[in-house]
Amino acid sequence: MKVEAELPPRTRPSVVELEAEPPPSAPEPLVKRLGRVVLGRQPIGLAFGAPYALFIAVLFAYPLGLSVWISFHSYFFTAPGVSVARPFVGFANYRAVLSDPAVRQSLLNILIFLVINVPLTVGLSMLLASALNSLIPFRAFFRACFYVPYVTASVAMVAVWLFMFNSTGVVNAVLGPLAPVPSWLVNQGWAMPSVAVYVTWKQLGFFILLYLAALQNVPKELYEAASMDGASWWHRLWAVTVPGVRTVTTLITLLAIIVGANLFTEPYLLTAGGGPSGKSASPVLLMYQTGIEQNHPDFASALGVLLVLGVLVVVAAQRLLQRHQA
Amino acid sequence: MTLATRSEDEVTVAPDDVVEDEPRTPRGWWRLALLLVGALVFVFPFYYMIVGSLQKTQNQSLSGALPQPGNLTLHNYSEVNAALDLGRALINSGIFTGGVLLATVIFGVLAGYALAQLHFRGRSLLFVMMLLLLMVPFQLLIIPLYVLIVRNYGLGNSYLGMIAPFAINSTAVFIFRQYFMQLPKELFDAARIDGANELRILTRVALPLVRPALLTAMLLTFIGPWNEYLWPFLITKQQRMEPLAVALANYMNTVQSTVANPFGTILAGAFVLAVPAVVLFLAFQRYFIAPNIGSAVKG
Repeated sequence: MKVEAELPPRTRPSVVELEAEPPPSAPEPLVKRLGRVVLGRQPIGLAFGAPYALFIAVLFAYPLGLSVWISFHSYFFTAPGVSVARPFVGFANYRAVLSDPAVRQSLLNILIFLVINVPLTVGLSMLLASALNSLIPFRAFFRACFYVPYVTASVAMVAVWLFMFNSTGVVNAVLGPLAPVPSWLVNQGWAMPSVAVYVTWKQLGFFILLYLAALQNVPKELYEAASMDGASWWHRLWAVTVPGVRTVTTLITLLAIIVGANLFTEPYLLTAGGGPSGKSASPVLLMYQTGIEQNHPDFASALGVLLVLGVLVVVAAQRLLQRHQA
Repeated sequence: MTLATRSEDEVTVAPDDVVEDEPRTPRGWWRLALLLVGALVFVFPFYYMIVGSLQKTQNQSLSGALPQPGNLTLHNYSEVNAALDLGRALINSGIFTGGVLLATVIFGVLAGYALAQLHFRGRSLLFVMMLLLLMVPFQLLIIPLYVLIVRNYGLGNSYLGMIAPFAINSTAVFIFRQYFMQLPKELFDAARIDGANELRILTRVALPLVRPALLTAMLLTFIGPWNEYLWPFLITKQQRMEPLAVALANYMNTVQSTVANPFGTILAGAFVLAVPAVVLFLAFQRYFIAPNIGSAVKG
């Protein structure tokens, strides 16, 4: 939030700014002055930004455009060098995507994921961050404990969870007769919640850091005033902390939706390819299975384009909401 | 009983200045207990990974959670090394990660500096494109990227193809930009009047001042490719090109009863994959702090 306040003056260079500049004392050649108006005050910036601009153009903008193109054509992979007709098919791929029960199931799975992941992430990271945001012994130690899963490869962590949560694993050994049958990751009802809890656990440390950053900007006087009025710790959490870190809460919700739209490694490895019977499949997993395994990149691209649009709509909605609140 | 009354007294004696920051009050103890339980939940899988990777025969019962002196071995590590060629996989991970770090630190710093301190045509457009790229998840572009890199450019099974989509980490560019913007403008104007060119200003004036941001961004960039699974999995078709994350995941999907203790072997591989990132973050943990990360995502 602090940073945002610093943004506006320099992010919007305008023509006005250019014209308002005082004329240089020595008369300048016209070419040079013209160059400055066309290229900006420091044209070297073009050279500095060029590699990154090229990267964006070649590896983001062009693929995005290609994705849209593929999604409107009948497209499949052929042997190298073979050229085939790729006729325009209009919205046929989109119709196929929207009427596919597997896609609907995967969207439902993401909904289940969000319903579990968002409240759990927001609640736990806010609670742990506000506990960390006080003079607690071993603060650095606790902080490190919390973010270690975040920095570790999901593949490595999935291996441990598979070990812990299989039918004869240590979790079921603790639960005894309470353990679900079939076990967590192969249970139709528990597979997606297990993925959601795994992702919550893995990412929580990062969100704790975000909340910590926000909490440090909440004026201490508010807490002092609240406790003077006899507010309990719980009450202060509700009345001071929660509103004070609202921006971060919206941000976390947003990031959770993006993560949900992104899930691949977890359902692919943790629940053996989105199983059982697609009950934990994610849209990206479907994109991989239909697009690359089954050679329907047109279908997969249409799904990808829809997801990109979905993410952008969510981001735009969040921006609007934030502007409304401010 | 006495303890409780004592702390009760403390609260009534000095209610307003100890409440928030005092761990000795009952509330403070609750907070510590909460953090302890949390830490246990977060660290136990790591502990269990090490214990499991050292078991001679698989023991998933509760007693297996403690190392049993009679059931300890390093055999799982040599087993996974034989199956995966750990050295080769680590080198592949290193090249993948190193390439991304190198490109990010060179081109990302240049772009971040240009976005923050230079005035040139197209800067706003570049900035908007960067924000868009930060929002759209890379995973949603796997189909066109696969078509382009593997099919059209023939870069399947190559380091270049592996690195390309990750080459310049946009979060890092964003962090660089934020930090360069916080530097006073007068500093740069003064250097310009002294006749220094922009590259010199960047390397001699600006970079030394943002060294912590550089480290934070490098740490964040490191975990991207080191932990990435989907893209290198798509693009590598030979085991000798696979980074460790991919090699281990493939092994997890295929290993059944070929080894005496499959879980132990997998966990040994997981440990080798986890250690570099964890060690790096613990060693540099003072750079991975709230304000640095916070500024990175508050755009």
